[in-house]
Amino acid sequence: MDRDVDALHVEGLSIAYGGAAPSVQDVSLRVGPGEIVGVIGESGSGKSSIALAMMGLLPDSATVTASRLDVAGTDMQGATERDWSGLRGARASMVFQEPMSALNPCMRIGAQIAEVLRIHGIADKRQARARALEILHLVRMPDAERRLGYYPHQLSGGQRQRVVIAIAVAAGPTLLVADEPTTALDVTVQAQILELLRTLRDETGMGVLFISHDLGVIGQLCERVAVMYRGRIVETGRAERVLADPQHPYTRALLESIPRPSVPVRSPLAVIPVDNDFVEAPAVLEEVR
Amino acid sequence: MSDTLLRVDGVTQRFGHGEHATLALDDVSLEVRRGETLGLVGESGSGKSTLARAILLMRRPSSGRIEFDGGDVSRLRGSALRTHRRRVQMVFQDPNDSLDPRFTVARSIAEPLVAAGMGSAARRARVVESLHQVGLPGDAAGRFPHEFSGGQRQRIAIARAMAAKPEFVVLDEPTSALDVSVQAQVLNLLVRLQEETGVTYLFITHNLAVVHHVAHRVAVMRNGRVVEEGTGEQVMTRPQDAYTRELLESMPVLYRT
Repeated sequence: MDRDVDALHVEGLSIAYGGAAPSVQDVSLRVGPGEIVGVIGESGSGKSSIALAMMGLLPDSATVTASRLDVAGTDMQGATERDWSGLRGARASMVFQEPMSALNPCMRIGAQIAEVLRIHGIADKRQARARALEILHLVRMPDAERRLGYYPHQLSGGQRQRVVIAIAVAAGPTLLVADEPTTALDVTVQAQILELLRTLRDETGMGVLFISHDLGVIGQLCERVAVMYRGRIVETGRAERVLADPQHPYTRALLESIPRPSVPVRSPLAVIPVDNDFVEAPAVLEEVR
Repeated sequence: MSDTLLRVDGVTQRFGHGEHATLALDDVSLEVRRGETLGLVGESGSGKSTLARAILLMRRPSSGRIEFDGGDVSRLRGSALRTHRRRVQMVFQDPNDSLDPRFTVARSIAEPLVAAGMGSAARRARVVESLHQVGLPGDAAGRFPHEFSGGQRQRIAIARAMAAKPEFVVLDEPTSALDVSVQAQVLNLLVRLQEETGVTYLFITHNLAVVHHVAHRVAVMRNGRVVEEGTGEQVMTRPQDAYTRELLESMPVLYRT
């Protein structure tokens, strides 16, 4: 992996489905090597469309335009499906919310990891088992050797997500896109998975684009954050600053709608009006590098 | 009139037999006072939803008593059980669990009223009143669930739960599937309804910050047991149990401050 190359660098990204109005408009994002950047937004904000676009996974009905689209150091403007499939799972990979939808329920997890290793030419059939075990150790799977022979249903939700992450990082990607990877997990397990992602980043130097609806999780893990609202980025900055001192009215309203001990008990929480003029407010883009 | 509306006394729920038996509830006791919200926090498998089912008499516990308004309800049958059921309602995480997609909103909301034997004119009036109570227009009555957003559907489910003027409502993760801005609206609504009607809530959630915000008292469950009980303030700032502390430390910092 090239440690000097940005994990992700997109400029002016717009995504439209069919003839509809664009669901993502003029989005610019940069994830440096070894950096964890969060994208926060509510349902329909366009955050998941961005994640899929970074992996070439949008449906054919989607039109993607960008003035720059560098994924894992490769210019993917006008890339064909063949180009994308060469990138996916190798230099760029993705983790989804629901681990069961990413795993084959009828295949032992050792075999599923080994399959990825063979496809990407990392290990041949004889080495695959040993290498799969190494990768399970890398994701801190407890009792890894025995678990190689388990089927997904024999694992807990957190362990399944560890397997999915193991498969995603098996080929040593430059970019990991994680779309709500802890949303379906209990809070204690979520904390473990966030810790694992941070450790893997430290150990491998991969960049992470972390998509979430949860401002708390973003604040816990990410160095920088982009706030999405109705398809646009309305605020970017260091995560610490955005959470402590949000500048854009939407970010402020979002933060104030969250129940927290600092909000008086049983007092009305801030409500984000449906037909507001947040779109009119200028975006607050903090240049940090 | 006693101050305690619900008393759960030594309730145990065993699933399976012999050595394969699991204890879903292990000698659980708690009290909910009239007009208050008791927050019940726990992770998957803690037994919080099993406890809700026991309280709603959807499943008879293996042992223990459930007292409602001073009387043991855990052995009720027939018409006495039906009478009791009208006093207790439930709101689920997914509003679609209580709304039939083929029924109009009016028909779903009126169902508990039919069960209560209310006449059709009074039912119609009460349906509209319930919709207004949850901040929806009266003409929503003639529409179908799919015409509404997730947050609006949860309002309709709340209107249905509140329609027969229950004394006690079990809220099982009522905002967990909603965006935070919609969650804020639903939490505000639930607090307001309680202040207006004096209804008592058991608020089940995995989210300590939510429970701290809405509940008067909080109980923490783990492995079928209540491991901690106190005000939200006590539980969040001076947790006594090791598991409660672990739960708190796992929460993102944003929700702890």
